[in-house]
Parts: sequence; C-alpha cells; structure tokens
Amino acid sequence: MSRTIPIHLDSAGRGPGPAAAGSPAVRRMLIGLALGFAAVFLVLPLANVLVKALGKGVSYYQTTLSDPDMRAAIRLTLAVAVITVPLNLVFGLAAAWAIGKHSFRGKSLLITLIDLPFSVSPVVAGLVLVVLFGAQGYLGPWLDRHDIRIIFNLPGIVMATVFVTVPFIARELIPLMQASGNEQEEAALTLGASGWRTFWHVTLPSVRWGLLYGVILCNARAMGEFGAVSVVSGHIAGLTDTLPLQVEKLYHEYNQTGAFAAASLLAMLALVTLGFKALLEWRIRRRYERGQRAAPSGRMEAGA
Amino acid sequence: MSIELHQVSKEFGGVAAVRGVSFRVNDGELVALLGPSGGGKTTVLRMIAGLEAPTAGDIYIRGQRVNDLSVQKRNIGFVFQNYALFGSMTVLKNIAFGLKIKRWGRRRRAERVAELLELLDLCGLENRYPHQLSGGQRQRVAIARALAPQPSVLLLDEPFGAVDAKIRQELREWLVRLHSQLNVTTLFVTHDQEEAMEVAHRIIIFSTGRLEQMGPPREVYDQPANEFVARFIGVMNVFESEVRGGVARAGELEFPAPGRPDGDRLRLGFRPYAVQISADPAAYRYPAILRHAFFLGVVMRLELEMPSGLAVRARITKEEYTQLGLAEDAPVSFQIRQFRVFSRDDAAPAAETAVS
Repeated sequence: MSRTIPIHLDSAGRGPGPAAAGSPAVRRMLIGLALGFAAVFLVLPLANVLVKALGKGVSYYQTTLSDPDMRAAIRLTLAVAVITVPLNLVFGLAAAWAIGKHSFRGKSLLITLIDLPFSVSPVVAGLVLVVLFGAQGYLGPWLDRHDIRIIFNLPGIVMATVFVTVPFIARELIPLMQASGNEQEEAALTLGASGWRTFWHVTLPSVRWGLLYGVILCNARAMGEFGAVSVVSGHIAGLTDTLPLQVEKLYHEYNQTGAFAAASLLAMLALVTLGFKALLEWRIRRRYERGQRAAPSGRMEAGA
Repeated sequence: MSIELHQVSKEFGGVAAVRGVSFRVNDGELVALLGPSGGGKTTVLRMIAGLEAPTAGDIYIRGQRVNDLSVQKRNIGFVFQNYALFGSMTVLKNIAFGLKIKRWGRRRRAERVAELLELLDLCGLENRYPHQLSGGQRQRVAIARALAPQPSVLLLDEPFGAVDAKIRQELREWLVRLHSQLNVTTLFVTHDQEEAMEVAHRIIIFSTGRLEQMGPPREVYDQPANEFVARFIGVMNVFESEVRGGVARAGELEFPAPGRPDGDRLRLGFRPYAVQISADPAAYRYPAILRHAFFLGVVMRLELEMPSGLAVRARITKEEYTQLGLAEDAPVSFQIRQFRVFSRDDAAPAAETAVS
C-alpha cells in the first residue's frame, strides 16, 4: 500500500486513474513490451541475416563476396554514396541557411519541396526519371542523339538516390539554423568579417554536430535505397546492380546464402552507422553536461 | 569619434519605426538612448552600426557620411542584447576574432587579448566556452570582444537587460569605469530610466520612433520637454483639470491659472517629491488619508487618498517618515510645492510654477 502513496502525490491529486500508468508493474510491462517488440522485429531478423549468411561456412561467405558481380555491386553502392552525400551536403547546407537565416518569397514552398521525397513513394521518383530521361521519355531522343545515357546507368541511379535522400541533411539543419538566429553572424560582421568568413567560422561550426548527424543518416539511406534505384537501374549484372538490388536478385535466383551475404554487408553498414550516431549523441550529451557542471562554478567566480 | 544622425527615418514594410531623428553624440561622450520597448531605439543603433539601412536621412561617424559604408568598414564595436558570443569558440578566441580578421600579428593579438582579459576581469576564463559562463561574465566577454579591435565607437543594445539586479548594478559601474579609462564614444540602448540617469552623460529619450528630448539627466528630469518625458523619467502625478475664475481644479486640488479663460482644460503634473506632508490633518491645505506606505530603501512611496477618492502619490525619505510620525490609514494633510502645466498637444510645457 505504502508504495502507491508517492504516485498519488506525483499525479498532483488527479486520482488513481492516470497515476496507474506510473505504477511499477505497468511500467515494467510497458518497457518489456517495447523491448520485446524491438527484439522480435529488429534484432531477430538482423541476427538471422548473419546466421544465414554464414550458414555454409566462412569460406563460402568469402567466396560469395569476392564474386565479380558482387564486387561490382559493392563498388557501385560506394560510388553512389560518395557522389550523393556531398551533393546533398551542399544542397542541405544552402537550403537550411537560406530558410533558417533569411526570409524570401517562396520559402514555405521550398520547405514543402524538401519534404516531398518523404511523402512520395521512391518508386514514383524512379518512374519520373524514366519518363524524363528514358528512351521513350521526353528528353530520350535528344539524349540518344548526343550519346548520353542516364537511365540504366550511374547518372540515373545517382539522381534517384539524390532525390530520395534530399531531406536528410536539410531537415536536420533547418531547425538548428532557425534556433541560432542571426545575432552571432551579425556580431561577426560588426567585427569586420566578410559574409563568406562568417559562414565558415561562425555559422558552420554552430551546426556541425547536426550536419554530421544528417550526413550519417543520408549516407545510410543512399547505400540502402531500393525502390527508386530499382526502377532506373535496369538490373544489368556487374554494371548497374547496387547492393540492395543484388540482394533481391540473388534471392530470386534461389541463392539464399549469397542474398544473405550481401544483406549482411548492408546490415553491418547499418550497425556502423548506428554506432557512429550513438557515439555522436554521447559526445554531444557529454559536452552539454560538462557545460552544465562548469556553469555554477563560473557564477561563483563572478560573485567573488 | 562623434556620431551624427541627420533626419534619419526607417520603415519596415511601410511601417515607420524611426521618424526623422537627428542628434549628435560628441567625441568621448557616454550617451543613453532611452525609451519604452518597441520605440525604435534598437533600430537607431543598428542603423549606426550598418546592420540596417536607413530609409531616409544621413548618418555620420567622425564627420564622414557612412550610409554607403558596409558594416565591416565602419569600425564600430557592437554589443548585442543577448551577447551573441560565438558558441563554438572559447573566450580567448571570441575576443581575438576581430583582431584575426583585421590581420593583427600573433604577438600583438596575444598582448591585446591579455590586456582586455585583465581590464574586464576575465583572467582564468580564457579557455571556457560561452555556455560555461555566467550571465555577467558573458556580458563582459561580449564587451571585450567588441572593444578588442579598438573601434571608434561602442554601441550597446540593452547591455544589462538579461542579468539579475545585483550583476546589473556591477556591470553599470563597469561601463562607467571602462568609459572613463578608454574614453571611447559610447551609445547604449536601455528602457530603464534609472540606468540611463546613473550611467549616461546625456540621455536621448525616444518614443514611437521619435526623439522626444535630449539632454543631461538633470535637465530631462527637471525640465521635461513634454508629458511623455516627464512621466517616463521618474514618476509624476498627472491630473486633468478645468479652469474656473483663474483657478484650475482637479477634484479638490486647486492650481493657480491666471489669465486662462473659464472652461479651459489643462493637464497638470507634479513630482511625488513636491508633495509636502504632515501628520496633523489641519497643517496643510488638503486633507487626506495615508492609504499605503511602501518602503523602497532610502525613500518611502506614499499613497494618499483624498475625500473624493482622488489618489496622490508622494515620496519622502524614511527619516522624514519617522520624524513626521506618519502611519498607514491615519489622516494627514498635504500641500503641493510646485507643479507644471502640460499643453494639450504635448509641445514644450511652461516652466514649473511654485505654489506659495
């Protein structure tokens, strides 16, 4: 009985109804539910991927991964990420800077456009590219005449991936840019700094953690994108298959071990990404806590 | 270095924030821009800095017209209301930022920073980040950073607005001391009349984008240009009165108004210090009840209620209060030593009239 008393006090006299959510039994049940859900739907499949991938032994796993088509898929996936992430980095920074620090016509339109890839199915994004640049598309004949291939080629895959990953960095930076306001930049200007210098020395450092976070998420998605890439890739083995496409292809060819080997690469990538993300969050939190600790002693000195 | 504004106006999307303002701050002066918030003071400061361009009018710094000079080239030090310290730089780097921009050599830079750390009592905090500092320390870093590149003028926007009362008092004293040491022309924005009176050589009073009065603290207090200034600088009792037979009446209060036609309506005001009070209900002309006595430190603020319900505010020292034997809810009597007539259109009022 005595254990329920503090809970009643916590709920500020709202009665036992809402307070019940805080009782130890319910709390344990909710936590258990969340952990159980995560275990069944997140951890188990991931573990299964690794088990299946290594099902025929480590040497078979290595052979599968050294297959030329697999090698090509890995190279293509890395190439796509290496091109996509910097493009979105520049765009995300520019867009977030414009939206967060300035007011202009069409600002809300730009914000909506940045969100578009989140609300549109990636397959549709791929199809739009085919309609534009494909052989039967609007620009197809012109591209053909100039011997430029976009669809079923690296440019198309990159364009599809860029489209899908546009929001990741911009979305991460916009609130940060908005929150920091213009004062620091203005202070730099009054001290004689040029606009460019202000951007590099004041604006960019103030959002660097958010930027890194956005880059990590953007990279993960760029390597893992399936839908949009599938439409524009053409699935040419050894040429336009990325790792996610390779997984699907091997699976349909009843090469389960191969499919899971490729999948294990993507899964490991995800784990590395999550690791980076956790490290980053830990560093930010530590920095903040250190600041909190130092502030009171600072105040004491002010009083002395 | 002097600052001069000539008929400067600023509109934001058709709304006038500053209207035809002209004033001059002399070389080495310490001047306060005082007014209620939203009155356009900050806009004036930002226009002088070059962070905002005037819609009309000219701005001169050191006699040179600076309208077309960029912020970077104006060589001003600006202290922002919320400090605007660079969050990703240490105190040391914050202060050195302007020197680096101006390409000072490493040794000179280090010397200058050390000098400022000493001057603003920031030694030992060099390697702290802004979020590790208290409000008062942040403010001093902001001032040090603004002063480092030896600006020709120092502009401060509500410099003591965001710190608690005790630190505020310390910082005020800092600013006065700093100014007398460096003698840099300084203009600061405040909405606190006490702060302006205490710190500034001269005060510029602003309301709704217009300059109401400029003068030394004593002058704006004793000779306010209009009712707005009178009420903003210090407290004032203001009454609406009607003239009958050469006497202006507001409730029981009567003021001589010789030569004024009957039916003329006058606004009259008197400072709480002009009220003379006695515990003897028959000693002075007006009887009243002492409703409340508030203790404000050295002075007491008294609220008197006349039989008609008219409330009059008075101020006396706490020694006087004890000597006179006053008490709350006791009958008293009072008289008004001097008062002032405000004309309807807020033009310059007549000089204060003594009541014998």
